[in-house]
Amino acid sequence: MDFFSVLYYRFKKVWKAIRIYLVIAGPGLVVMIADNDAGGITTYAATGAKYGYHLIWFLLLLIPVAYYVQEMTVRLGAVTKRGHAEAIFESFGAFWGWFSLIDLMFVDWLTLVTEFVGMTAALSIFGVPAWLTVILVVLLMSIIVLNGRYWTWEKIALGFCLLNLIYIPAAFMVNPSISSILGQGLIPNLPGGFNNELFFLLMANIGTTIAPWMLFFQQSSVVDKGLQEKDINMGKLDTFIGSIITVVVAIFIVIVTGTLLNGVPIDDAATAARMLMKTNHYIGAFMAIGLFDAGLLGAICISLASSWAFGEIFGWAHSLNTKVKEAPWFYISFFLTLATAGVVPLIPGAPLVLITLFVQVVAVTLLPAALVFLILLLNDKKTMGEYANTPLQNTVSVIIVVLIIVLSTLYGVSALFPNLFQ
Amino acid sequence: MRMLKQFRSKIREINQRYAKPKIEMSKSVKFSLAVLRIYLFVLVLLMIYKFITVL
Repeated sequence: MDFFSVLYYRFKKVWKAIRIYLVIAGPGLVVMIADNDAGGITTYAATGAKYGYHLIWFLLLLIPVAYYVQEMTVRLGAVTKRGHAEAIFESFGAFWGWFSLIDLMFVDWLTLVTEFVGMTAALSIFGVPAWLTVILVVLLMSIIVLNGRYWTWEKIALGFCLLNLIYIPAAFMVNPSISSILGQGLIPNLPGGFNNELFFLLMANIGTTIAPWMLFFQQSSVVDKGLQEKDINMGKLDTFIGSIITVVVAIFIVIVTGTLLNGVPIDDAATAARMLMKTNHYIGAFMAIGLFDAGLLGAICISLASSWAFGEIFGWAHSLNTKVKEAPWFYISFFLTLATAGVVPLIPGAPLVLITLFVQVVAVTLLPAALVFLILLLNDKKTMGEYANTPLQNTVSVIIVVLIIVLSTLYGVSALFPNLFQ
Repeated sequence: MRMLKQFRSKIREINQRYAKPKIEMSKSVKFSLAVLRIYLFVLVLLMIYKFITVL
């Protein structure tokens, strides 16, 4: 009898924890899965096509990288109740604040353009004209945001996150060799030795794992959701589960292209989807749907990251829990960012390659600054109290941040000067 | 014109509100910000160089 009582008590306890998690889950999952945006899908598809399963081990290393950086925004948001932009303004003054805000605006807008490029390319596979895709996306996203509740917005965003898992059945459909995946993918190796091309692809994978908008988005999202200090552990768990899912999805994309397109040069994910369609119509369609969903998720989060940041600094009402009448500038800035970025892919002869290149370079100016501010803020014991970084957290996060800064800088510089490392 | 004036006064207000950094300017904070300034300065120089050579 005692045994059953203990079992029942434990079950109730676990069930309660799960229910609490389901209430708090959201910001971490959304930001991490949205991290697999249109640019990310292209990077993973190219990684699989070029090196097969050989770099899966490297993708697994990105789980702690993404987690350690993003969990700091959870603590900062829950303790200070301020977004990242406001935290930078208040702690480091107007100079660094304006630098971060203006840089964020540029990087977000340029990244949004690349999301629209991905979405229009994905739906063009199904015969949908680009102008129609842009109109539909802007309309859909406006409806999602205008419902006036953070809760509803988050649940819809989580629905799109679920669609991002479409690459998992796609990978099972290509019948990959499990022994090859385990043998080639899980043992650290550098296929073909360390060369320029491999280095560029590794840097691209890191670059797509941590982006500046993610720091701003998750912290603002934690604040808008109203997470408190007591919710930090669940928020961290949410971020951890999200970081696992994002890498798992990336691995399944690598498996799809590594199995069917191994050795085929891939410039973008839409081209990969077209090629896959010739082999298996459904897998190609899954790839295209996944690409569209990735672009949509990225666009939802990126445009909100900018609007939240502006609202925080300009003192506008800036919550998804407010109606349009209560927060007009928040919604106007959201709509303007979205609509102007959506128009760019429709302009004949628009320099889309240059824009993609420019995103990488401008991101390199913001990412190191945002990461350094993050660590400094997490060490401000006066504000953070018991939630400040411990020596162990500092060691891990400093190592990760220095690595990200060095590699993303090399990535940005190599985008500026392609022949520099040859 | 009125909107522009309002915008300028808003910017001035923000600059005044955040004029003084609230974080304690310890040696490590000062050092990090100085390194960040140098990093960004070099990066901007590289971008300007690229821009000039492309033109």
